[in-house]
Amino acid sequence: MRLIQELGDWFDLRLQLQTPIREIATHPVPRDTASWFYVFGSAAITCFMLQLVTGVLLALIYVPSAGEAWNSLQTLNHGVSLGWFIRALHGWGSTFMVAIVLIHMVQVFLFGAYKFPRELTWIVGVLLLLVTLGMAFTGQVLRFDQDAYWGLGIGASIASRIPVIGPWAVNLMLGGPIIAGTTLSRFFALHVFVVPGLLIAFVGVHLLMVLKLGINEWPMPGRIVRRDTYLQEYREMTHTKGVPFVPNAVWKDILFSGFILVAIAVCAVRFGPFGPGGQPDPTIIQTAPRPDFFFLWLYALLSFLPPSAETPILLIGPALGIVVLVVLPFVAGEGEKSWRRRPIAVLTILLVAVALGTLTHLAEHAPWSPVMDAWSSQPIPAEYLEGRTALERHGALVFQAKQCHNCHSLNNKGGQRGPALDSVALRLTEDQLIRQVIQGGGNMPAYGKNLSPAETTALVAFLKTLHPANQKPASNASQTVALGLSEESPR
Amino acid sequence: MSAEKGMSRRAALMKVGVLLNSVVGVLLAVPIVRYLLSPVTREKKSGYESWLSLGRLEQFPAGQTRLATYRNPLVNDWDGETGNIACWVRRVDDQTFQVFAINCAHLGCPVRWFPQSSLFMCPCHGGAYYQDGSRASGPPERGLFQYRYKIDDGKLLIKAGEMPTPGQPVANKAGGCQTCA
Repeated sequence: MRLIQELGDWFDLRLQLQTPIREIATHPVPRDTASWFYVFGSAAITCFMLQLVTGVLLALIYVPSAGEAWNSLQTLNHGVSLGWFIRALHGWGSTFMVAIVLIHMVQVFLFGAYKFPRELTWIVGVLLLLVTLGMAFTGQVLRFDQDAYWGLGIGASIASRIPVIGPWAVNLMLGGPIIAGTTLSRFFALHVFVVPGLLIAFVGVHLLMVLKLGINEWPMPGRIVRRDTYLQEYREMTHTKGVPFVPNAVWKDILFSGFILVAIAVCAVRFGPFGPGGQPDPTIIQTAPRPDFFFLWLYALLSFLPPSAETPILLIGPALGIVVLVVLPFVAGEGEKSWRRRPIAVLTILLVAVALGTLTHLAEHAPWSPVMDAWSSQPIPAEYLEGRTALERHGALVFQAKQCHNCHSLNNKGGQRGPALDSVALRLTEDQLIRQVIQGGGNMPAYGKNLSPAETTALVAFLKTLHPANQKPASNASQTVALGLSEESPR
Repeated sequence: MSAEKGMSRRAALMKVGVLLNSVVGVLLAVPIVRYLLSPVTREKKSGYESWLSLGRLEQFPAGQTRLATYRNPLVNDWDGETGNIACWVRRVDDQTFQVFAINCAHLGCPVRWFPQSSLFMCPCHGGAYYQDGSRASGPPERGLFQYRYKIDDGKLLIKAGEMPTPGQPVANKAGGCQTCA
């Protein structure tokens, strides 16, 4: 024991770190911040530590070369003992890190922690969110599979829309004219050197300010932040009524971080590593690229924006979002901190959460994409064919052969790009069906050139049978009267 | 020598030092920036595109649309299969072709050809194009990108080498020029 003490003294005489470390550890914090709501920041750092360690471990095997990266990922998954587990930890670690950073941000926002004097802490936090998302995107590229390849294509297509410098931005992003070796190399440099460097620097500044300015106190409704009195009030809260950070508050941070690490490890073991998917061979076009979880909402958004508004929204939207986040503490730097008295703040969070959640959910099903193999893999339900005439059955065949099924579902099978056709005969008369098939419209291609008159007749005959047995199909009443036909129209 | 005079000499030397470092900094910045911008500056100098063969004309029956692949003209040894690029070749008649980029004009995903319905469909956001490459439905703002082509010695050549993107002036102007040979 005495030996350890002497050894410690020997080092401290030279390093002189004992006093500052003790001061940092025991700095007083407001009593009510020793709470389970104040653990997300430290958990985010724990995730980052895990990413650093597992990232270095992966770099021992990974080859950042367009020709070899995919093979080296296979080696990691199958050839190196527990390589799959390290990959899984890194992948799930990134998912948890983005999630925790977002939760941390929501908590900080709802607790009014961005108000005076912590404006800069918030701004650095916004930068940390951006670099964390940057890590997520560049990391997804390093998992160099089909999704990564075409994801880069989407990134390049977006970059190309920047006015004036668009084409140059594409070349700069790809490191050349196409997605190839230089592209992967520069994303490797970004993911391994540049962005983590920024991340470490920002975390350092962020933590320094948390220490210098003190952790945000628990917001009480009615306790108003004012620039000229706040510092004095906070001093009161910490120095007279506060508690030391260690041990009063830190145990919750440690427990939660440990819990997060366990959760990541459990996910890694249970669900395994992310991919890699198919080989990054651009001549293999039988692929439906999807981004990773955290960019799914963007993927969904891109399919819903009207073509004319897409470019401005894509280019201005993110910049506007960042400006709003940065300006927030200057617009609302004083006043009420408690979410109980800030209904607009709570509504904003709810709105953003619901929007992102909905878009993510939609992107998981991608109803806007044709189901490319529905025409050959999803048969027409038997009940839609029983007791039909030869012409109608031939129409069903046309329906399959001309890939109508890729965009239109029958009995919930097939594409959802266009409307389901189970009861289309209730909505459209024969003439309207013919017009729609031949001329298209309403986001449907025109099939006039691709169908012979006989095929169109057969197809429409089949479509006319698509209605519930107890409901009559749509008919043109004026035509019925004008032609002197009876009400009883043929099926 | 007075202490004050010594101070000013030190201050002057420090200024010289700062100046020296600034000059060196600028001198180093020039090659660094040029190095970083090389993907852009190279394109301005010699261009990325050149004429490439897609194979003999017999490979492309008239009235049909076939997938063709080529090796990008500018590749590194370590590019692997990413240097192979696919495109769709439509032979309209004996001497008339249309060569479409594989990339959707919306966000660059690979479009697939469905001969039965004569449509190109994109798996990402549901863009669709007619057989002549014009927009049929979905989010794309324009038709498919087209490569310039020429027929030489019984072979189909296209001018290619750069990934077509919506913002590219080159990609936008292509399409009208069918027989540039």
